[in-house]
Amino acid sequence: MSDIAIDCNGISKQYRIGEQETYRVLRDVIVETAKSPFRLLRGALTNSNGNGHAPAGSGAPSHIWALNDVSFQVQRGEVVGIIGPNGAGKSTLLKILSRITKPTRGHAVINGRVGSLLEVGTGFHPELSGRENIYLNGAILGMRKAEIDRKFDEIVAFAEVEKFIDTPVKRYSSGMYVRLAFAVAAHMETEVLVVDEVLAVGDADFQKKCLGKMGDVARHGRTVLFVSHNMQSVARLCQRALLLHQGTIKASGNTAEVMAQYLSCGLGLTTERVWEDLRTAPGNDVVRLESVRIKNAGGQTQGVFDSRHEVAIEIGYSVQQEVNDLAAEFVIYDDSGNLLFTSANQYDDDVFTLHRVGSYVTECWIPGNLLTEGTFMIRVSIVQIQVPVQTHVFEENILVFQVVDNMDGDSARGRIAHNYPGLIRPKLEWATTFNPDRDSAAS
Amino acid sequence: MSQSVSPTEHAFPTFRIDPPSRWTAIGFRELWEYRELLYFLTWRDIKVRYKQTVLGAAWAIIQPLFMMLVFSLFFGRLAKVPSDGIPYPVFSFCALLPWQLFAHALSESSDSLVGNQNLITKVYFPRLVVPISAVLGGVVDFAIAFVILLLLMLYFGIVPGWAIVTLPGFILLAILTALSVGLWLSALNVKYRDVRYTMNFLIQFWLFITPVAYPSSIVPVQWRALYGLNPMAGVVEGFRWALLGKSQPPGAMLWVSIVVVLLLFVGGLSYFRRMEQEFADIV
Repeated sequence: MSDIAIDCNGISKQYRIGEQETYRVLRDVIVETAKSPFRLLRGALTNSNGNGHAPAGSGAPSHIWALNDVSFQVQRGEVVGIIGPNGAGKSTLLKILSRITKPTRGHAVINGRVGSLLEVGTGFHPELSGRENIYLNGAILGMRKAEIDRKFDEIVAFAEVEKFIDTPVKRYSSGMYVRLAFAVAAHMETEVLVVDEVLAVGDADFQKKCLGKMGDVARHGRTVLFVSHNMQSVARLCQRALLLHQGTIKASGNTAEVMAQYLSCGLGLTTERVWEDLRTAPGNDVVRLESVRIKNAGGQTQGVFDSRHEVAIEIGYSVQQEVNDLAAEFVIYDDSGNLLFTSANQYDDDVFTLHRVGSYVTECWIPGNLLTEGTFMIRVSIVQIQVPVQTHVFEENILVFQVVDNMDGDSARGRIAHNYPGLIRPKLEWATTFNPDRDSAAS
Repeated sequence: MSQSVSPTEHAFPTFRIDPPSRWTAIGFRELWEYRELLYFLTWRDIKVRYKQTVLGAAWAIIQPLFMMLVFSLFFGRLAKVPSDGIPYPVFSFCALLPWQLFAHALSESSDSLVGNQNLITKVYFPRLVVPISAVLGGVVDFAIAFVILLLLMLYFGIVPGWAIVTLPGFILLAILTALSVGLWLSALNVKYRDVRYTMNFLIQFWLFITPVAYPSSIVPVQWRALYGLNPMAGVVEGFRWALLGKSQPPGAMLWVSIVVVLLLFVGGLSYFRRMEQEFADIV
């Protein structure tokens, strides 16, 4: 019974839509009062926000449930990953469990002190030195001064900022700043640790170090709740995972199984778009999009690809007026917004001939062993490439797909299990020669 | 939750997370547990306040000193405002000290929650720590300026009597007054940003209704108790009485002030505690 570290019972959280507008100016209240004293009274009784922007006639503002009836238990010493697409409610759940915000309904019981790491460097002050910020940040995270004193050297060593410890952090490089901030948080000694996406900071080496530190934390019998978009780190750290989607738990259990379910059902991915009604399709009177999709070598629409396999982008469009020199092109971004490359079908012969009225389908094959693991966004455009240059279609984030690199050993990553950074992951030829005599000659 | 959590089985504290409730305990114990955070936030405010200024902590003296000079010239010398037989510079400076403590604490604390929203939306700690540390941040300035007051008293040959033992009480009352109003305003400011724009006006207005430039003895006797509704009136006159010894003890006015502060404080605390449950969502 006491082995349960976190016990969530029907946690629900409701937010008003347009959350950023909820702080009011007193004038609004006065105007409302003047207009209708009864409405204000009623508003006060029902605790509505009454901001006057609600749909006409309805009176009630629109709400969304960021979390809806979420129940789960975490055993002490368990490391549980929470995965799910953006807006699934992951961060809201962590905020409730770390007592930053209150649930609208339901309750949770937590056995042990909770350390939350929703952001690195919360409360860091640029004017203060590294040393001073360690104490300040530590206190904010709920650490005792004695505890910080004891761990001070360890924190500084972990952050690798020994030389700059008495320099104001505003003079730090962003890498140093993040390292120091993470180092403080990583040395919290709470029984329960709640971590949100913070490992995605710093350079690759430091990320590896952070991941190692989180692994240590887990091995010391502390309970960790871990949110990340990085499937690799979830897979490496967590025995168990929860899949959140639209505020509810869609799956829970063994990490590999939950991840497989997440990837296979393609939550958060857009693999196909079809516009039935051409009049509302993206484009103009010359060209309109009819469909776009991502497919595999077998021609099936798919959202998650093995990094070794090729990926096809298919663009269907309708030419409404005869036009010359039309090219379809796409641009591929990773989830940090880096543009990887552009490709256009201008080398295709018939593009330079007259495009007659009718439907066209063009497809482009991205070879296997090129994309790295991660989520990718596609922007599609259809342009007239000769003067006057005209863009007929321009659609951002029209398709979203994911590439995974499993550990079979014959992808570009090979048998290397640790972080394998890079915007692309080509499998390149290596040639290695071996000369056994040279070493012995040297010694 | 069907099973009850037995507290004896482990040494860990148990937290229960519930939906917002109308009444919450003040949570003094938790506040005490976070006393180091209170210390560090106060220390941060003090440390950062005069960074990158040429004059540094001298600002703590310059402001009340110049106010005193202007008051002495215009009110004391030209307008001949009475000062209960005390040399006017000491008379006004002695009142400016608690006033500055109050005004600083009030403006800092009312903006404190909004100013620390990055903390409030990312980490849990008792939210009361924020306005309290904002209020305490002014105490150092007060202490620095207090040395100047002692020098002034030395210069004018004023020796405090036994009443000086009550001085800490009046300092506490000034802090409590600022904190009480600060609790209300900081919580209101989260929801209504109007508070920010009212502050300048409020502080000026409050200065005029507080006996800083004039003695409360110019208020007719039958109205003095009513005058005590402004708690700073009791504080300022109490300061003069405790330090300078020559004016009358504040009497009924002081008691009215104390009652008003206690009411404001208790009300502010409960309003703050009720509102803090949604700070992170609306700040």
